[in-house]
Amino acid sequence: MTEPLVYEISVPGREGVALPTTDVPESKLPSHLLRADLPLPELSEVDVVRHFLGLSQMNYAVDKGFYPLGSCTMKYNPKVNEDAARLPGFAFSHPLQDPSFSQGNLTLMYELQEWLKEISGMAGVCLQPSAGAHGEFTGVMIMRAYHRSRGDTKRTKILIPDSAHGTNPASTTMAGLQAIELPSDARGNLDLKSLRAICDQTVAGLMLTNPNTLGLFDENIEEIVKCLHQCGALLYGDGANLNALLGIVRPGDTGFDVLHFNLHKTFSTPHGGGGPGSGPVGVAKRLIDFLPTPIVGIVAPGGEEEPPLYGFVTPKRTIGRVKAFHGNFGMLVRAYTYIRMQGARGLREVANHAVLNANYLRVRLRETYHVPYDRLCKHEFVVEGKWEQAPGVRALDISKRLMDFGFHPPTNYFPLIVPEALMIEPTETESKQTLDAFVDALLKIAEEARTHPELLTGAPHNAPVSRLDEVRAAKQLVLCCRPVSLKADQEAA
Amino acid sequence: MPYIPHTDQERETMLAVIGVQTIDELFADVPLQVRFPRLDLPEPLSEMEAIRELRDLSEANLETQHTACFLGAGAYNHFIPSAVQHILLRGEFYTAYTPYQPEISQGTLQALFEYQSLITNLTGMEVANASHYDGATATAEAVILALNQVRHRKKILLSPSLHPQYREVVRTYVQGVDVEIGGDEPPRDWPDLQERSRADSLASRVDEETALVIAQYPNFLGEVEDLTPLAESVHRKGALLAVVTNPIALGLLKPPGEMGADVVCGEGQPLGIPLSFGGPYLGFFATRQAFVHKMSGRLVGQTQDAQGRRGFVLTLSAREQHIKRARASSNICTNQGLMTLAAAVYLSQMGKQGLRRVAELCYHKAHYAAEQLSRVAGFSLVSRGPFFHEFVLRCPKPIAEINRFLLDEWDILGGYDLGRDFPGLRDHMLIAVTEMNTREDIDGLVTALGEFSGKGGAK
Repeated sequence: MTEPLVYEISVPGREGVALPTTDVPESKLPSHLLRADLPLPELSEVDVVRHFLGLSQMNYAVDKGFYPLGSCTMKYNPKVNEDAARLPGFAFSHPLQDPSFSQGNLTLMYELQEWLKEISGMAGVCLQPSAGAHGEFTGVMIMRAYHRSRGDTKRTKILIPDSAHGTNPASTTMAGLQAIELPSDARGNLDLKSLRAICDQTVAGLMLTNPNTLGLFDENIEEIVKCLHQCGALLYGDGANLNALLGIVRPGDTGFDVLHFNLHKTFSTPHGGGGPGSGPVGVAKRLIDFLPTPIVGIVAPGGEEEPPLYGFVTPKRTIGRVKAFHGNFGMLVRAYTYIRMQGARGLREVANHAVLNANYLRVRLRETYHVPYDRLCKHEFVVEGKWEQAPGVRALDISKRLMDFGFHPPTNYFPLIVPEALMIEPTETESKQTLDAFVDALLKIAEEARTHPELLTGAPHNAPVSRLDEVRAAKQLVLCCRPVSLKADQEAA
Repeated sequence: MPYIPHTDQERETMLAVIGVQTIDELFADVPLQVRFPRLDLPEPLSEMEAIRELRDLSEANLETQHTACFLGAGAYNHFIPSAVQHILLRGEFYTAYTPYQPEISQGTLQALFEYQSLITNLTGMEVANASHYDGATATAEAVILALNQVRHRKKILLSPSLHPQYREVVRTYVQGVDVEIGGDEPPRDWPDLQERSRADSLASRVDEETALVIAQYPNFLGEVEDLTPLAESVHRKGALLAVVTNPIALGLLKPPGEMGADVVCGEGQPLGIPLSFGGPYLGFFATRQAFVHKMSGRLVGQTQDAQGRRGFVLTLSAREQHIKRARASSNICTNQGLMTLAAAVYLSQMGKQGLRRVAELCYHKAHYAAEQLSRVAGFSLVSRGPFFHEFVLRCPKPIAEINRFLLDEWDILGGYDLGRDFPGLRDHMLIAVTEMNTREDIDGLVTALGEFSGKGGAK
């Protein structure tokens, strides 16, 4: 099953939209500045709709089935969120209109800031960052600015466990700091001995994902916090895995100084095929003044009948703006809707069931798939996708074969500390029936790996395309197609 | 419980399989004194109550469907064909994630490839990535590309008429990097700003230390100038030129790629994405093939499957954080996937004829508005030469006062107060006109400002 490219179905002279005629006198166009040709396709509306519908049919998605992609929290995205974000007062308000005419938006943003503070135990929140990695960069810049404001310019190192997401070291480098990798211990915790040995006055902070990418809650969290704070460093929390902690523990209460949220993971905003996300940043009290600008504040208190007046405010020693305007507002509306419908009780149930589901899968699979750090996990766990009796089979083959059973594969080859890693995060929205069907598929695949390995190595067999040649894609780069006519001209020339 | 399917009996069975009595036992590793906090959140609402509350909140906002809008300044009120939202609401697209597993993500991958192609062709460049967060962060990424590509040079020259918030974001992004940003010192007054924004003035400030020059086309004030001579002098000094542009303007105007730009980037919101109070938007980014390995952001490439059928995959991931970690070209992971789909559907449906037509409507209506407004007593048009979308009007009173009058008395959302960013430009209003503004809207603005003027506003 393949779909032609949009340029391949273009027919010269065809139009997709009727636009009004000019109701004003025409002005002279600046002839020296006009483009000679506009190489866009020519399609009718029905061509466009069928083309993109055709493409949609080649995707797997949460709305189609189970999507246990570890560390991505692919939970169900409530439909009401989409309706809320499309309400005209939200969707058609201009970011630069006077705040006194945007009080609905500002109320929503203010409340969401307050709720995220309450959920996380942080003292201040900025909603501006657009994604988790953007929030990380923002958080690291805040830590840097804090140290420098105290004349502490020697702190150039950011410590990062070997189980961390790649975005942590990449964000550190972008901020002009040096990423130092720390090992994990035999139980999957951050290795305390290594941490103690390196903590000194050159350390700006540690970026910790807790629960980490093995799905494990760090058993030494109190010691880690103590160690860092004693040497004057700060603790950064990567909130990618916050789903496991809602109502269970507030990172701020355990001593985290900075935390980013992924609204598109924890708070059910859809992943959109790779964004838009939203990565608000929360900070402890001593860092509030360094948050990006703007944040939403109360600029005039309300009375008994009057609501307060909300406005944009700039923190005193802000690191500056990290994007234009005020954040991925449409995602904020969705997250607000979700939290408003869950309340404190509902959020606790989210974490409860995310963790229940993960442990249920772990226990049902562990006889067949080696679980290298086999203890109570939180929202996800990692297994090894390899067996001595099936030497030709790799984790990737298991993933591809899962597609034939109608499932999205887990995250492959991450974290890097587990060989042939398969990282499984079921989320709370999946039923026992779905989990059992997934286990059945994985057990069957394990059997096939011994008896018919070619079923795995040749998989997928039922997908729109079979395995794709990634080396060819990188070596013979084709990143763009041109209009057919232009291509013909170029070939003739 | 919304969105959690477990029955009591299933929970019991699952706990028994795990070998614990209660769910609470699953959290035994969390320090006891901080375990299970009481969260002070409002009581939960049902779906019907929640949507009612949200409707009330949304209705407390002014919105551009019921108010004539003359506000732009980086976010534009354009027509969005119905098909765009219908495609975006396909669960197959919006509930998928980054296409890490290409065999079951061909829909997203091909749509991204088509988006890259449409942007490449629109900007006149050779390659485009699969998006940044918005126009501002795309501009900051152009700085990072230039610093990696043009080694040992530390100066970035910004046009003073580059979007003020983009200039702020660039400065935030490079705080930790040894680099000098300049060229956009606050102008004394309007003539000073106009003079220093001109291409020849920018060109005269490029030297052997300059890595990158960033110009905007049309610039923040709406003015359009051929940047070919600027590109030539920038290249003579061994530096790069990035051009921030508006994609609707490129329906009509010569693309920056034809003028010699090395990077063409900007805000893709005008391409089928609602204003949505500032986001989610779309940072587009196009460059030359030679710089592709230094470019950040996800990239989709064409390849073949095992049967020789065409297919698409994420490619050149060796640049990226999940492979290169601390040595990656950027930290980007989640970007604006669904917004690229909006832009791809919009550009496909508008097509060759439609986009040109939208751009012409914007051009004619903006020029008509400028012409009419220049005749209102007390107001003067200070924009010279061709402009697109926007022009600058010098006003007799503070802009905040005029805008308050326009909203209260006429239900018109007035233009942008340039005094917010340029202390030398108090009383200067940046007015945006798109195809959405009817002649009636424009004539209404003219009449309203005439009334303001007659009430003593012009004194």
